[in-house]
This record gives sequence, structure tokens and C-alpha cells, in this order.
Amino acid sequence: MWGEVDAPRAGNGLAPDVFDAHGGHVPMREYGGEVDFAIVGTGAGGGTLAARLAEMGFSVVAFDAGAYFRPLQDFASDELTQNQLYWTDKRISDGENPITLGGKNSGKAVGGSTVHFAMVSLRFRPEWFKSRTRLGYGADWPIDWREMWHYYGLAERQIGIAGPLTYPWGPKRPRYPYRAHELNAAAKVLARGCESQGYDWTETPLATVSAPRGKSPPCMYRGFCRFGCSTNAKQSVLTVWLPRALKAGAEIRDMAMVGRIETDAAGLASGVHYHRHGAWRFQRARHVVVAGYAIETPRLLLNSANAQFPDGLANRSGLVGKNLMTQSNQAVFGRVEDEVRWNKGPPSLAITEHWNYEDRKDFFGGYCWMGQGPLPIEWASVQAGARGLWGERLRHAMLDYNHAVGIKMVGEMLPDERNRVTLADETDQYGLRVARVTYRWGENDKALIEHALGQMAMSLQGAGVSDLFRQEDDTNHLGGTARMGFDAATSVVDADCRSWDIPNLFICDGSVFPTVGGVNPALTIQTLALRTADRIKTLAGRGEL
Amino acid sequence: MTERYPGYDVLAKRGGVSWDERTRRAVDERLAVAREPGFFSAGEFLTLEAVCGRILPQPAHRPAIPVAAMLDANLLAGNSQGFRVGALPHDGEAWKLGLAAFEAEARSAFALAFFALGAPPQDELLHAAQDGKLQNSAWGEMPCDLFFAKRVIVDVTAMYYSHPTAWSEMGFGGPASPRGYVRMEANRRDPWEAVEAKPGGAALAREANRRVG
Repeated sequence: MWGEVDAPRAGNGLAPDVFDAHGGHVPMREYGGEVDFAIVGTGAGGGTLAARLAEMGFSVVAFDAGAYFRPLQDFASDELTQNQLYWTDKRISDGENPITLGGKNSGKAVGGSTVHFAMVSLRFRPEWFKSRTRLGYGADWPIDWREMWHYYGLAERQIGIAGPLTYPWGPKRPRYPYRAHELNAAAKVLARGCESQGYDWTETPLATVSAPRGKSPPCMYRGFCRFGCSTNAKQSVLTVWLPRALKAGAEIRDMAMVGRIETDAAGLASGVHYHRHGAWRFQRARHVVVAGYAIETPRLLLNSANAQFPDGLANRSGLVGKNLMTQSNQAVFGRVEDEVRWNKGPPSLAITEHWNYEDRKDFFGGYCWMGQGPLPIEWASVQAGARGLWGERLRHAMLDYNHAVGIKMVGEMLPDERNRVTLADETDQYGLRVARVTYRWGENDKALIEHALGQMAMSLQGAGVSDLFRQEDDTNHLGGTARMGFDAATSVVDADCRSWDIPNLFICDGSVFPTVGGVNPALTIQTLALRTADRIKTLAGRGEL
Repeated sequence: MTERYPGYDVLAKRGGVSWDERTRRAVDERLAVAREPGFFSAGEFLTLEAVCGRILPQPAHRPAIPVAAMLDANLLAGNSQGFRVGALPHDGEAWKLGLAAFEAEARSAFALAFFALGAPPQDELLHAAQDGKLQNSAWGEMPCDLFFAKRVIVDVTAMYYSHPTAWSEMGFGGPASPRGYVRMEANRRDPWEAVEAKPGGAALAREANRRVG
């Protein structure tokens, strides 16, 4: 296994102090008997929800399979060591276009993948919440965009997003709470490229602060953002929401793998079986929230099948595990005479969402693109993977590292029931059946990618970049597999992220997304968690929980 | 080939404010990697060393990065990407199968061990693997091109470019916490970054890189 943390750190009334460099702790409440909410997963969905529910007065225990890190003492400035942040348990990836799993779409740590995400915090385009009705593809969300817009504003303020003064696309939005970060040389190449094509560009809204905030210092442009921030400038679930959760009385159980949700004779969820400190244990709960993201969430629901629910929990529609989506993450790279040193600063400092908001194109969906700053291992894998380089040619190409530039898309892929998560016969270290992830790009996905690669190449040419090459096979992020919708036949949860079949079972992560849009999902997951918490409070007030 | 960043040694920063304790520990451990295999057999390790030496040949003027030993140590520690792609077995198993297959290909095509072939025939076999053209029964169910793309390339490059010698060679700043960087514009170098040799300027760059720390 990667890393040095091999035992749970939370317990005995204490949780790790994530702002301490020397093994410090903060107080943590602990629960013995039944609690109001057992939350499985502490990432963008589960961690955010744990904080809000605890602040509303509910008793909450949140479980995470991963370790509880203190960034200042545990995070090396090192690509390889930081594999400790990813889900590296056994999984199988197959299909016509198998998804590369690991760092780009998973986290196994308290705080989930927000511990290593690139901090890009974008809002969906309003029309995407009704993409079937308004744009003719995918599926509608059962939530109005204006309501999401309200919660986006709350999320941005509470997370402390640093962003531009005015955002060039979509309806007016409030000022970002922190000023945008200075552009690095790589971001200025993106800007030049966009201007050569007549597109707007802007500073990317990022969850890393540009001025001190609480115990977070401003970002000092170290550039290892995707391998865990070692200064806590990054505003992750680990540093923003979970300290709030603990303060409000939530308990967090780290290195606790939930393997099965128990249901009672009435068909309601009654608690979770989890593996911790070397043994299987049970936590009784009045409500269970699954927040394991688009692979682990359906895996847990399917692995929880019992006599009453032989096809897995919440699966009357048969849709659990189906409509898995990733996002196209192709790139165009090249070389400039300038010394760019693209590893300095966050990797995605500038963005264009032009093709998310421009509908004059002959395929469905949209995409944005952002600047890039891969570190050596990732850059070598791009050179070797996309260009087929090895040998002296690869070593020689790598010498141009400080002159390399590139832009990378985040593109919408359409839901397709054949793209799915199922259970394989193979088992993992807990004896649980592992996930099999099957994926294939559709014709629309391919058309969108082709369009984006052409546009990105044109813009780099316009910026004076030479020696262009395309990285054609990359994907990033996940969504789907437990979609929210309008009725029990065509969706897994309702607009409140509540299971149609088991009313005290909720799902709070990217797996409820009916569509993924052309932007990074983290902010939308946190936004949805804020709304879900408010809805739970409302339902509880009405006696409908 | 002349060096691009002559005299630059990223390890000169090791004791300074660009490296924190956790990073020092991680890199120290890497530099102290055991040279004897623990995961692979002696025979497999010879083949692996030969494969690594062709995927990333190393210049003679400096100590070589022990790529094969690093990979062995990681597999022994159970460090894995976790997922496997379709027809590939899990990491360690795929490597053992693949190395045996390269050895069998070498023996059947050249009647020699893979490590004893010399560079051109080794490259020929590696290219054939990349193109999916190797058919020896030793491959079993594992497609040679998938093994090449998802294991050989991924793992060998990750080991090589996790080593400070590789960072120095390419002028990468390396670990940068807590100091980070200040000068974000093009052609602005922080004093703790590598100096690139311009044509005819190797001596000048070497002198400047002596002060990087």
C-alpha cells in the first residue's frame, strides 16, 4: 500500500487537527447507539452534507474508507508518494474505451477526491438542468436552475472561491469572495489563443485562497495541487467542511470501509456494516446516506442485495450502476521558445467556456478548456501514451519540459445505459466483490471530442505554439449510476436525493447527476449537498423524514 | 548530447526551504532503494533491467537511475494502481507474465536470453509488442500491446521520472513546499530554479546552476 498511515486516527474523543503539523488533535464527539444519519463517504457530497446536518442538530456519523491526513505533516511534494490519496483497491475497467481509474476520478481519504482535485469550481450552464427539454439530449434534472444558482452562491462563499471580477458567460453571478490568482505563463498562452479566435477567456474560479482565510495561508504557487496541498491553501472538504462538521458534533470514522447496508422487516435501512480496526462492526442509524461517488455508491447498493431486495438496494428501476458518465479530457500540447515553467502555480489558472455556451455546432453537449501544468511523471505518460514515444526520443522530448504548453478540455459525455458499474466475481481485501466499470464512447461523444481537438489546436496555433500534438484518449471525473429524476421508473432518487424505494436512504454525490455538463463536477456536488441538507431539514420539520 | 541544464542538481535544495520533512523522507527512501530484487526472481530481474534500459536509455556520464530496482521495491510493497484493464492481470502478475513472454520471444527468435540480445534486437521486440505483433504462447491471454501500453510504459516512466536525477536532467524545480514560487511570468526564473543552457552558454549556465539552492 502507498503512504505511511496504516491505522485509524480518529477516536477516543479526538480527530486529527488538519491544520497542525505535529500530530495535533481537535475534540470529536462519539456515538454509541443509533444515530440520525450514517453517511458513507466524506468527499464533496458526504463531507459537505455531514457538516450541514450536524449544524442543524442531527446526530451524524460519517465513514470513510481512507486515511485521515494532516496535510502539513503527511503530504510530500511528490507525485508517486501521493498515490496514497487515490482509490487503489482492486477494480476492473473494460469495454470499448476502458476508463483509466485512479487519480483522475477517485479519492480514498477523509475529504474524498477534493483532497487532490485541481480546485476548479465551475457552475453548470443553466440550460443543462433541462438539457432534454431545452437542448434535446440527455435527461432533465428535477431541480430548477435558479434554485441551484442560489446554492452555488452559498457554496462559493462558504468554500472561499477565488475567481474573476466578472464571469463572461451565463447569467449574472455574485462577486467571488477572493480575488483571482495571478496568471502564470501557461495561462497567458491560453488567453492569447482565445483572443486569436475571438473567444472570451477568464481566470478560472479556484478553491484555493489568494489571501489568508482562517488558518489557510494564501496559495504560494507550488504547483503540486493535484497531489494534495501541503500548505492548506486549498479549500477542500478536509479543510472547509469537516472541521465544521466536527465542531457541530459529527463523528468521523476514518479507515472504515462500509461493506453492506442493512435493511429491516419494513424494508427500511437500519444501519451499515463496516470494517475498521480489523473487524466487521455495525452502526445503527435512522437514515443512511450513500456518498461514495459513481463507482463505490452503486457497488455498495448492489453488494447490499438481500432476500427482500435481490437486485440491490434502491434498484426497482434497474438503473443502479447504469448511465455511468465520465468526461472527455483530451488535450493539445506544443512547444514555445519562451521558458514557461508550467509547473508553477495551480495547473488550470485560465479557462474558456466558449463552447459550453455556443450552440452553433453539430453535436450535443459542450466543453470548456483550461491551461495545463503536468508534473514529470504525468508529462512522461502523455508523451509516451499520446505520441508513442519511448527510448532516447522520449528522454529527449522530456528535456523540453520548461518550454511545453498545452490546453485540456473537460467535455460532456452523454448518458448511455450500456456504460455501467457491475459487480465482478473477484473480491477485494475486505472480501467484497469488486466493481467492474464498462465504458464506450458514443458517436456524439466522438464528434464533440473531434470538434474540441480541432478548436484547441487552432487556438494554440493562433498563440504561436509549435510542434503541436494531440492527446486523444484521456477522460476525467465521473457521474451517473444512481440518477435523480421525476419518477421511480426512470430514476433512482428524487430531487431530494432520496431513494424512491427506501425512504430513509439518500444518495449524495456525483452519481445522482442525470447529465454531467462540460465543467468539473466538484462545486455542483457540494452545491447539491447544501440543498439536500436544507431539504432534509424541511422534511424533518414536516414530519416527513 | 550536451546537457540542457548543466550542473543543476535538484538535491542541492534538499536542506532548504523548498523541501519539507515528509518530502525528504519520501525521496531519501527512494534513493536508498535495495538493488537486489525482492519481488522478481533473479532471472526476471535481468530481463526487467534490460527492458527498462531500452524504454529509457541513460547517459553514461552520470550514475544510472535504478529503474528496475525501484519498480521491484514498489511491487514488493504492494504499491499498485489498483485497477486492471480488461484482459490484463493485476500489476505484479502482469509483469511476471510479460517478462517471461519477452524472454520466450528472445529465445525463440534469437536463441539468446533477452538481456543478452543487445539494443537493436531488444528494441525490435519492444516495437513488436507495442504494435501487438508478438504471438508466443508465453503471453497466454494477455495482449502484448496492452501490456506494453498499460504496464511497461506507465510503470517504467513513473519510476524514472520520480527520481531526482531525472528532475535535474529536465530542469524541473522538484519539491517546492513550503517556499513555492514567486515569478510566474514567462522567462522569469526564481533564483531556486534551474538555468537552461543557451547555445554556446553551457559554461555560464553551469556557473549559475552552482548557486541554485
